Amino acid sequence: MRKFICIQCPLGCEIIVEGERIEGNKCPRGKEYVMQEMKNPKRVLTTTVFIENAIHPMLPVRSNGEVPKELLKECMKILAGVKVKAPVKKGDVIYKNILNTGIDIIASRSMERK
Amino acid sequence: MKTDVAIIGGGPAGLAAAIEAKKHAKVTLIERNEELGGILQQCIHHGFGNFIFGEALTGPEYAEHFIEQMEGIDVMLNTTVLEIDKNKRMLLSSPDGVFEMEAKAIILAMGCRERTRTQIFIPGTRPAGIYTAGTAQRLINIEGVMLGKHVVILGSGDVGLIMARRFTLEGAKVEGVYEIMPKPGGLTRNIVQCLYDFDIPLHLSHTIVEIVGKRRVEGVFVAKVDENFKPIEETKRFVPCDTLILAVGLIPENELTKKIGIELDDITAGPVVDEGMETSIEGIFACGNVVHVHDLVDDVSFSAIIAGREAAKYANGRKIKRRKIKVKAGENVRYVVPQIINGRDMEEITFYFRVKKEMENVVTRLLVDGEVRKEKRELIVKPPEMVRLKVKGDLVMNANSISIEVKKVA
Repeated sequence: MRKFICIQCPLGCEIIVEGERIEGNKCPRGKEYVMQEMKNPKRVLTTTVFIENAIHPMLPVRSNGEVPKELLKECMKILAGVKVKAPVKKGDVIYKNILNTGIDIIASRSMERK
Repeated sequence: MKTDVAIIGGGPAGLAAAIEAKKHAKVTLIERNEELGGILQQCIHHGFGNFIFGEALTGPEYAEHFIEQMEGIDVMLNTTVLEIDKNKRMLLSSPDGVFEMEAKAIILAMGCRERTRTQIFIPGTRPAGIYTAGTAQRLINIEGVMLGKHVVILGSGDVGLIMARRFTLEGAKVEGVYEIMPKPGGLTRNIVQCLYDFDIPLHLSHTIVEIVGKRRVEGVFVAKVDENFKPIEETKRFVPCDTLILAVGLIPENELTKKIGIELDDITAGPVVDEGMETSIEGIFACGNVVHVHDLVDDVSFSAIIAGREAAKYANGRKIKRRKIKVKAGENVRYVVPQIINGRDMEEITFYFRVKKEMENVVTRLLVDGEVRKEKRELIVKPPEMVRLKVKGDLVMNANSISIEVKKVA
């Protein structure tokens, strides 16, 4: 048995999955949500990388799409070793095709050279 | 120094207000920090702007969209407003010294600040390793400092939940989140995506009764609480940790507001405002978290656009009616903003309110002179999630009594 809380709307239905049975969802979106979560849960990753010569020592970055949830920790390890130099523009690709997911890590903000 | 509209605070509220006000008047934006964006710059997670941009942006992305539109606005960084008087003369401090500025209209956009250990009275020692959630967020996300390896979080407000995920991604172990209330304080999506996703336990009806540690936090005693929020002695247990994060609520930052003598609302802890976001002192407006703490930045920006527009009109000499009709908080409504309707000529007005208790299948209603003039169905209303009711301006323009209520659908 697995328990989910649907986050498709503010109701937050508690959905229980037992084998083929899905119970507790008040609408079809809940079922869809649970199916996706069971099959291949994905998340947007947001974190920071080191930046040199900028106003702050860290540059916020994000994935430009969703990456499989089980790869989040692995992505974090890779990004811990990334260092960029200012200037950076919002949307610049910081790390291409992370872990062959087809997803890039991009800058969440611009930072000028100090 | 003279300006038409002076805006205090360069966070999401101040930025949106400045962009709107500059369409009609000369605008000066005053920010105490070294850059614009306010709290958004440290909120590196995504989920901002769903309403305004139709997509989930990160905090810095949301901020940059507004910062890009600063052309034509006089932006003063590293500058703090020390005093304001009723005639809208301000005393400011910057690295160049102390100076005066006179404005025709002022917009208060100082945001809010965090409650600290002092405000919640946790007994115990005073070791290193105790941070408010927002301070931890700034240190980790902007300064790049990792704060600890074993973390306990007190309070389940949104910033605390976001930090639980952040600590986990950065390699720390979050031992648990302890919430004194029987329900979580943050949005459901944050409970799911920040705690459940990483198997972080959430202990409802629990609190911290003692902090232990000489130089550094060594752990906390936690206990279950009864229905009167009193810790139950037999349930007391020790949780080892080296870091304690306090996510115990936000309060509007109104030191300046109080000093000017602006009327405050006891429940929101922010100024009482009318439908144009004007405070009890003519020509002084307020918007965003300084008025009441919002859940979503989009609503902060919406309130700021109104304040920016109305402040610019005031600076240009427009006079308005001042009918001062109070908006009453009716059944299951804790507070409503705006608190006052003056009868401004506005196309639409959005009432923002919070409920006292969770209810399913309800209708939110606007009553004008005792009659229901607007109704909206809601599947569910919860205290942590702000409710909105948008109405046509002329519905309330000439009203003599106004109230908002939440009723169960029969």
